[in-house]
Amino acid sequence: MDDKTILGLTALELGRAIKEGKTTSLEACKAYIEAIREEDKKYNSYVTVCEEQALAKAKEIDAKIASGAITSDLAGVPIAIKDNICTKGILTTCASKMLHNFIPPYDATVIKKLEEEGMVIIGKTNMDEFAMGSTTETSYHGATINPRGANRVPGGSSGGSAACVAANLAPIALGSDTGGSIRQPASFCGVTGLKPTYGTVSRYGLVAFASSLDQIGPISRDAMDAAAMYNIINGRDDRDQSSTDCNDVSLDNIKSFDVKGKKIGIPEQYFGEGIEPGVKDAVMKAVAYYESKGAIVEKFDMPIVDYAIPTYYIIACAEACSNLSRYDGIKYGFRPEDATDLTSVYIKSRSQGFGLEVKRRIMLGNFVLSSGYFDAYYNKALQAKSLIKDAFDKAFEKYDVIIGPVAPTTALEIGKSLSDPLKMYLGDICTVLVNIIGLPAISVPCGESDGLPVGMQIIGKPYDEEQILGFACNYQNGSKEA
Amino acid sequence: MKDYEMVIGLEVHCELQTATKIFCGCSTKFGGAPNTHVCEVCSGMPGTLPTLNKKVVEFAVKAGLALNCDITRKNKFDRKNYFYPDLPKAYQISQLYFPICRNGHVDVKTSEGMKSIGIHEIHMEEDAGKLVHDPVTGMTMVDFNRCGVPLLEIVSEPDFRSAEEVIAYLTKLRDTMQYLGVSDCKMQEGSMRADVNLSVRPVGQKEFGTRTEMKNIASFKAIERAIEYERDRQIDLIEEGGTVVQETRRWDDEKEYTYAMRSKENAQDYKYFPDPDLMPLEISEEYIENIRANLPEFADAKRERYVSQFGLPEYDAEIITGATTLVDVFETATEMTDQPKDVSNWIMTDLLKLCKDNHVAAEDMEFDGKKLGAIINLVNEGKVNRKTGRQVLEKCFTEDIDPAEYIEKNGLAQVSDTSAIEPVIKQVLDENPKPVSEFLAGSEKNFQFLVGQSMRALRGKADPQAVRTVLTKLLDEMR
Repeated sequence: MDDKTILGLTALELGRAIKEGKTTSLEACKAYIEAIREEDKKYNSYVTVCEEQALAKAKEIDAKIASGAITSDLAGVPIAIKDNICTKGILTTCASKMLHNFIPPYDATVIKKLEEEGMVIIGKTNMDEFAMGSTTETSYHGATINPRGANRVPGGSSGGSAACVAANLAPIALGSDTGGSIRQPASFCGVTGLKPTYGTVSRYGLVAFASSLDQIGPISRDAMDAAAMYNIINGRDDRDQSSTDCNDVSLDNIKSFDVKGKKIGIPEQYFGEGIEPGVKDAVMKAVAYYESKGAIVEKFDMPIVDYAIPTYYIIACAEACSNLSRYDGIKYGFRPEDATDLTSVYIKSRSQGFGLEVKRRIMLGNFVLSSGYFDAYYNKALQAKSLIKDAFDKAFEKYDVIIGPVAPTTALEIGKSLSDPLKMYLGDICTVLVNIIGLPAISVPCGESDGLPVGMQIIGKPYDEEQILGFACNYQNGSKEA
Repeated sequence: MKDYEMVIGLEVHCELQTATKIFCGCSTKFGGAPNTHVCEVCSGMPGTLPTLNKKVVEFAVKAGLALNCDITRKNKFDRKNYFYPDLPKAYQISQLYFPICRNGHVDVKTSEGMKSIGIHEIHMEEDAGKLVHDPVTGMTMVDFNRCGVPLLEIVSEPDFRSAEEVIAYLTKLRDTMQYLGVSDCKMQEGSMRADVNLSVRPVGQKEFGTRTEMKNIASFKAIERAIEYERDRQIDLIEEGGTVVQETRRWDDEKEYTYAMRSKENAQDYKYFPDPDLMPLEISEEYIENIRANLPEFADAKRERYVSQFGLPEYDAEIITGATTLVDVFETATEMTDQPKDVSNWIMTDLLKLCKDNHVAAEDMEFDGKKLGAIINLVNEGKVNRKTGRQVLEKCFTEDIDPAEYIEKNGLAQVSDTSAIEPVIKQVLDENPKPVSEFLAGSEKNFQFLVGQSMRALRGKADPQAVRTVLTKLLDEMR
């Protein structure tokens, strides 16, 4: 099989081709590594390419596939991993100077799982520093460029994972989603991104940003790939007490999913002020498609959306400031050479090791947790969280899924966002609610606005991954036919 | 000068004797080579998550019930955030909002009678590592072995009015923890540490004075001295027209004074918040009742029972119940011999002397009560005499030997078989014709001489009673 054909296959198609002997894992890995070497100069989607390890692993997997020792659907398929997921023996920098030389001595649970299924890690992808940002511009390794728009950001924070899948530099990738970090870059780059229900995928080995919000998930070329990947990485993990038992999704059910009679809720507030008309049109067109296939569509009021951004940023920053405290230049983090005493190690390490956006959020977090402010901010945010949960519980009594845009805009121009952080934070308005209460949601490409991809967000009930993947697949099948 | 009274509250940390740490599988053993009991979790490696050791909860509930606390049904862990090199995550997982035990009390005996000390709360938390300063290189190194060792922090109410009450309380606390088997409470190894909050006020005043906190004082004696020093310092300060500053002070045990470490203005804001990595922990009624039903008998009850049931002297009962090691020996040996008073005598006279001679504190003694039981049985059965028994005990104390085997091997058994000793005694009579004829002529005192000669001939191993019987019989035959 020639390289170009290989690069054009979805992960499941490639897995099948390897299984059927039409190509090998080694051939596929070589094709991807070659492509990365040539093409990624333009995008900077990878921060580490593990050529040697990948090729050695691919040979090993090919032998196991040949002997029948591994039979998984994605055996032999290369995968790119966001650089905040710990990979034993491979740099895991979180795109920060703080961890520029951190090589974990252990694998994250998701890495163990995908390696058990015979997948091969080809590299680590770029991201916003410590996953804080929506543009992948805050990376210590420099910005990633959106393959779908030359002067556009890929979104973030999993911008590298979305960009490499969009540019055919990986068949599939893992990202992490704390407030939209899988869905928003998937939307900006025109690929599929699944944020699973909180707890279905172990966080063990994911360098924490905000522990109660973080969730690992796949970024892929279509919903079927996302479903297959979800089945590999999900499941309760004794090393993560927030993880839960959950069921695998059925690929057959998803493939033949019928939306007839299903109820779709459209929250008015998701289409309010600030949304680009082109984005609104594309999403509503996709909704109209479902309606044409027999789904029942209803608009509804969800005023709680107004509290989304403050609630999210209070909880996320509070947890982040604590999670990131360990980077202080003693056991972990950048060690300044000119420090003279303990306090100066701390000050210099953290002043020089963290970027601006990370520092901003650490300060916000410290502020909201300070004695005297804790009740006014953190506890208020927890109260808002329970109101948000009530609002969604109520909506899901009526609807099977909730659909809206992933982001109010398409991919922004490079260099235009960071100067106005508040505006950047407002761009998260459609994605963060899902994280606050742990719901599953998927970002599905649904056309373009001014030549840039638009993503539709399908939100489901807790543990209802099969339904939102079904909706996504149904739409993708329909667009292929059309 | 006015009369002053002290008001003291204690925060006591006890390291729990679980085999593994509170949030990972590393060993909790004291004294390993630096950084050998460390994994990615307890060293705070990026990406790692804590997993709660259920044994810690069990131990905390045990301690709480023993100290008459209410057990919190819905528990949470919180993060206490601060920077220090011995804390690799830069936060300590602890409990602020929902501590596992609340509202308990301990009754302690003082020279003025019994006094009840309130327990405000007990919470679970992880220990930090240790900084080791190398005086040669001037470097400071970190040993993370202790990182993640489970702790209970027991916070008392400000109910103490004297150092004596404090020591009585700490002793009781230590005994209770040891009886429960949840902590060995060795201050010298740091498995029990006390922070003392102390203020003074004129007698009769209702409001508390300004308090200072003295941290991590390393022995009961030092605590007593530190309390007295700090009381005098505060009173002198007030009498001279000064005011006590709320601050943390450190006790220097060599120079015997306290000095200021940190004032309230510089007090840290720990920015506590619920740890999102650990789920709320529900404790059921059934779980609590199961633990309550299996609580051991504590020192006070045991002491009373030893006196009433076994007839031990108060003093002996007090000493034996003062160390769980002695309790174990006493109960094991009593079970084997059914001779509690005998056992108690052996402990009080012989075992404690052996501890002293070997420079071992009774509570640190490693001695199996089965050996004492065996020795006592051998003596009471007449297999060995008490003197030999004492020698065997001495041997058993320092070496791992079986008393019966040892006696056998070294030919120490007392000969009580009359057929075995008769020929020897016959020979003694043959060799001493004069005392024999004098005895037969009516000189009773020669009998004792012949017993002595016979015992010597039997090299002390014979049962004196058997010797007398045989001797009487043989002499009667000669009449």
